[in-house]
Amino acid sequence: MTTTAETAPSPRALARQRRRASVARFWRQYRSERAGLYGLTVLALCALLALFAPLFVGSDVSSVTDAPGRPMQSPSAEFPLGTDQFGRDLLGLVIWGSRVSLLVGLLAAVLSVAIGTLIGVTAGHFKGWYATVMMRVTDWFLVMPTLVLAIALATVMSRSLTTTVVAIGVTTWPTTARLVRAQTLAVETRPYIERAQALGGGHWHVMSRHVLPNVMPLVLAQTTLIISSAILAEATLAFLGLGDPTVVSWGGLLQDAREAGAVSAGDWWYLVPPGIAIAVVALAFTLCGRAVEAVLNPRLGVSR
Amino acid sequence: MTADATPALVEDRQRAAGPRVRKSSAYPRYLAGKVAGAAVSLLAVLVTSFFLFRLIPGDPVKTMTGGRQVSAEQLAAYREEFGLDLPLWRQFTDYCGKALTGDFGTSYQFRAPVVDKITEALPNTLLLTGTAFVLYTALGIILGTRSAWRHGRLGDRVNTGLALTLYSIPSFWLGLLLIIVLSVGIGPLPGMFPTGGMESGGEEGFAYVLDVAHHLVLPVVTLVAVEYGQTLLVTRSALLDEMGSDYLTTARAKGLRDDLVRRRHAVPNALLPTVTLIFINLGRTVAGVILVETVFSWPGLGGLFYQALSVPDLPLVQGLFFVFAAAVILMNTLADLVYPLLDPRVAR
Repeated sequence: MTTTAETAPSPRALARQRRRASVARFWRQYRSERAGLYGLTVLALCALLALFAPLFVGSDVSSVTDAPGRPMQSPSAEFPLGTDQFGRDLLGLVIWGSRVSLLVGLLAAVLSVAIGTLIGVTAGHFKGWYATVMMRVTDWFLVMPTLVLAIALATVMSRSLTTTVVAIGVTTWPTTARLVRAQTLAVETRPYIERAQALGGGHWHVMSRHVLPNVMPLVLAQTTLIISSAILAEATLAFLGLGDPTVVSWGGLLQDAREAGAVSAGDWWYLVPPGIAIAVVALAFTLCGRAVEAVLNPRLGVSR
Repeated sequence: MTADATPALVEDRQRAAGPRVRKSSAYPRYLAGKVAGAAVSLLAVLVTSFFLFRLIPGDPVKTMTGGRQVSAEQLAAYREEFGLDLPLWRQFTDYCGKALTGDFGTSYQFRAPVVDKITEALPNTLLLTGTAFVLYTALGIILGTRSAWRHGRLGDRVNTGLALTLYSIPSFWLGLLLIIVLSVGIGPLPGMFPTGGMESGGEEGFAYVLDVAHHLVLPVVTLVAVEYGQTLLVTRSALLDEMGSDYLTTARAKGLRDDLVRRRHAVPNALLPTVTLIFINLGRTVAGVILVETVFSWPGLGGLFYQALSVPDLPLVQGLFFVFAAAVILMNTLADLVYPLLDPRVAR
């Protein structure tokens, strides 16, 4: 973003200026959503922790062979969250696990929203048989029980992070597609679309330059909400043993705990931290998503 | 249009894309359309269930024999018994033909008809989900109404915050924690509930009912805790939308007590969006119970699905997948059918 617009306002600079103003307006309104600010703060902290995790914990934290402690120690000064069945430091594992959980949640949500936006915009722009077929496909995915389908996909493919991302992304896009299509249909009735087409703007021009910027706010809110459910879904798949067994994630830690017999032994300290981590991050994303939604669409009244 | 599966869309649907019924005379046509749509969806699910699970790596016959030394003749015999020697398209047509008559083949694992396994587990799942469903729907509506009626106050903030928090908690984790705290017991707390299963065995008559109810407590609490939030939030925002309406002012002007205004006037209208959600939830809960059943070793459809997937027991997986999807489709269609009857406004 540059400030050349003041001297000679070219159309492009004007558009940029307008966009910046609307971002500033958005942020002003967002700041009045208290829950949204809490969510954002928590997320910023988690993101920093995940990014700088290598500074606190070595990458050998998940190594089973030279674990620092004895197996299944309860919390102590040396190991604030105790150790697992291999003697690994649980605090380190939970911090390390945030990287995979957040990454998979983000990637799955981006994939899901990207598919949803692509199908939503094209189905709204091109009418006729294409739209009909696409909306049929969307409806079909919508009635499929999401979790069952994701489990089935994860079972069919090999165990890896890509599988988890694809299984979640491919099963959660239909709601986005429906929302984006409705918005696209609304945008396309406006006169400036007709003007663009009269001036010779092609399909690609109309969709990328006029429709997409208008559906972006909706897409943003949707992404934030989907990340929250994607993180929960990732934990679920990992817990069912369908995740990548070679990486540390919060869901995977819970599965390890269950397999190590932490439940019947009453070792609550093994189970509590990963679960709280999942819940806090999922809640933070939900709060942000609701705040964004409330700012963009005051009629919804979700957080009044 | 088929019903939507998320709360955000449920709300949207009321506003924008509500079922378009011109007059009450158009209802039969609308009904026929919805039923036909559901039938198409069911067929699509049938096709998917066949092809999706063929992609699971591994030879089903090898899995069945479980690594035992088996002669080539025996393998061939197994293949013939389960129809695996036929070309794929023949397997497919056989599968569809049989499925339409309610026959999903024989389970590899249990050597019993899939339909029998499903009908055996179905009542258990219905007991669990049914109990939880009634409780979380009631809880969600009651707390959602209270929250909206006194919105912005401390009670509302606590209610909404708690609902959002519980909604963000993984159900399996909550289940495991409840098992540790209330079944295994920590510190001075003794174990009060069974760790899993549906019965202790050996009980009869009324004692058996009590025993099952005792086993039912923790799984139901888990389900209710993670599910009621959604109903609460939808009820709350629907009621908030009604709050400023003129008819409520009129009702108050008539001199009605606050309580009556709420119960007789506001809530019935606000419940309309919730009705759609309730039906969708009913289908979703049956399909979403896999985790809770796995954690509590509840002998229902979800546990069976997980067991079947790990083998993989193709016919059983296919049959269960179909049942789960059918439950969701059935409930979505019911929601579509009931809605215009409840809300004459959509019959514009």
